[in-house]
Amino acid sequence: MEEAVLQTQGLFKRFGSLEVARDISISLPRGARHALIGPNGAGKTTLINLITGQLKPDRGQILLAGEDVTGLGTAARVRRGLTRTFQINTLFPDLTPLEAVTLAIGERDGLAGRFWKGLASHAQAVEEAYGLLQQLLLAQVATRPTRTLAYGQQRLLEIALALATRPKVLLLDEPAAGVPKDESALLFSVVAGLPPDISVLFIEHDMNIVFSFATRIIVLVAGGVLMEAEPAVVRNDPRVREVYLGSARHG
Amino acid sequence: MADTTRPDTDPLAWIRSRSRWPVFAILLWLAALLPFWLFPTYLLLAREIAIAALFAISVDLILGYAGIVTLGHAMFFGLGAYTAGLLSARLGWGEPISGLLLAGALAGLVGFVVSFLIVRVQHLALIMVTLGLGLLTYELANALTWLTGGTDGLRGVSTWPIFNQFRFDLYGYTAYSYSLAVLFLGFLISRRIVNSSFGLALRGIRENVRRMPAIGSDHRWHLQKIYAISAAMAGVAGALLAQTTNTVALEVLSFQRSADVVVMLILGGTGRLYGAIIGAAIFLVARDQLAGINPQYWYLGIGLLLMVVVLFLPKGVLGGLSRLTGRPD
Repeated sequence: MEEAVLQTQGLFKRFGSLEVARDISISLPRGARHALIGPNGAGKTTLINLITGQLKPDRGQILLAGEDVTGLGTAARVRRGLTRTFQINTLFPDLTPLEAVTLAIGERDGLAGRFWKGLASHAQAVEEAYGLLQQLLLAQVATRPTRTLAYGQQRLLEIALALATRPKVLLLDEPAAGVPKDESALLFSVVAGLPPDISVLFIEHDMNIVFSFATRIIVLVAGGVLMEAEPAVVRNDPRVREVYLGSARHG
Repeated sequence: MADTTRPDTDPLAWIRSRSRWPVFAILLWLAALLPFWLFPTYLLLAREIAIAALFAISVDLILGYAGIVTLGHAMFFGLGAYTAGLLSARLGWGEPISGLLLAGALAGLVGFVVSFLIVRVQHLALIMVTLGLGLLTYELANALTWLTGGTDGLRGVSTWPIFNQFRFDLYGYTAYSYSLAVLFLGFLISRRIVNSSFGLALRGIRENVRRMPAIGSDHRWHLQKIYAISAAMAGVAGALLAQTTNTVALEVLSFQRSADVVVMLILGGTGRLYGAIIGAAIFLVARDQLAGINPQYWYLGIGLLLMVVVLFLPKGVLGGLSRLTGRPD
């Protein structure tokens, strides 16, 4: 197998008597486009929370580029290139997109602690932020307060903030959640246009999108990995049809 | 609100425009000079306003910009006041500038130590911790009567002429000039801070602390830094009061002072620095006028004023004004 950028080894997590992660071992090679699917309550977001450090696993390890990051906090993992987006917009309502993305770049480059220099003196960071916003079709609204942006634009800003950290691994938790179907195509064209060396793991419910963007699919059921395979294999697997596709009447 | 959407605007120019001096600010600073000629009998009040404004700016840095609600900031104000006061009364050193610096450094140091606790609590617990620390300091100063003079206050403070030139006069010309100059300096420093990338990070913390780790931010460290800076500035304000009144009363550490400064900030408007200055002026002028009408119940008027502002101008007097003139925040 190719060199894995992100690896989890035997992750376990329980909330009381509920086992939300059961021996999860997955591996993301460089440039991966993996989808994480499973019925509601399968533990998809929990897995992302475990990988990014919002939750601590009871057992198991998380390796980033071969290095054990299990003991690190969320911010430290982000600085090493492990970044996520949120299913529910988690933005800065009164900052403009330009400010928010500049902030993320400032944190990445270690500029955010400099209280003696004006923001405008970090011209490179501001220009980079604007460039990123242009790339994500947000240049038009770059100087408006985030709370006044359309919902779909806020979803794009979620991704822009994550990209500003220059991730090696990007975890997208339902990037198109709540976005109308025609707009979700736009969102995923942005995902499709991400730099090829970034490894992407995304959660998505729309099977058409999953099958057109994922090169591999991980199926999660009741906190455990049911199977991991190419889309064609997953599509035709009777177990998957039974627990997931069948009940959701997709595919 | 004005439309700030300019699709093809140079992003840098836009960022720069955010930190430009507004016209009203220049007028405000010019107005601060008026008491010298127009109201020389009010110079003592003007001095009090300048000191309160500096204290309010220090609170605005943490409350308005970083979202740390505090009801115990008099702790640092009092620490600065006692540092400058004791320096003169007990050690015989009355040089004002070094006194200010030492008071600021000491308050900042204590602020930094306290910040380790502050960044670990939130919401109601945070308010209670700041309140508790404030009360603790008050009682400590009360108990150390041999050092602080306790409820009698610290006597025997004598401040030397500034730069060995300007003697503190009876009418308060020197005291107000000195306080105004220090306020202006403190304002310039604060302005620099809030317009820096660090200031942007603080606003990020205020807007959504949950997102900060997800963009790789060590946000607790940011908070500790601004808390120490704010404490130092509060300490300088306290030292100004000690030096210009040549006495330190236990009241500098009181809960009342901690609460009043928050009231001033809310009156003027948080998160905009000028709100601290306007708020301090409104509060103290109102107190002066109301106390003239009825010395016993002047707080009644402050209470009414506070309610009117909170109900009708939720972003303070300055917030209301900026909405009126169509200037976005």
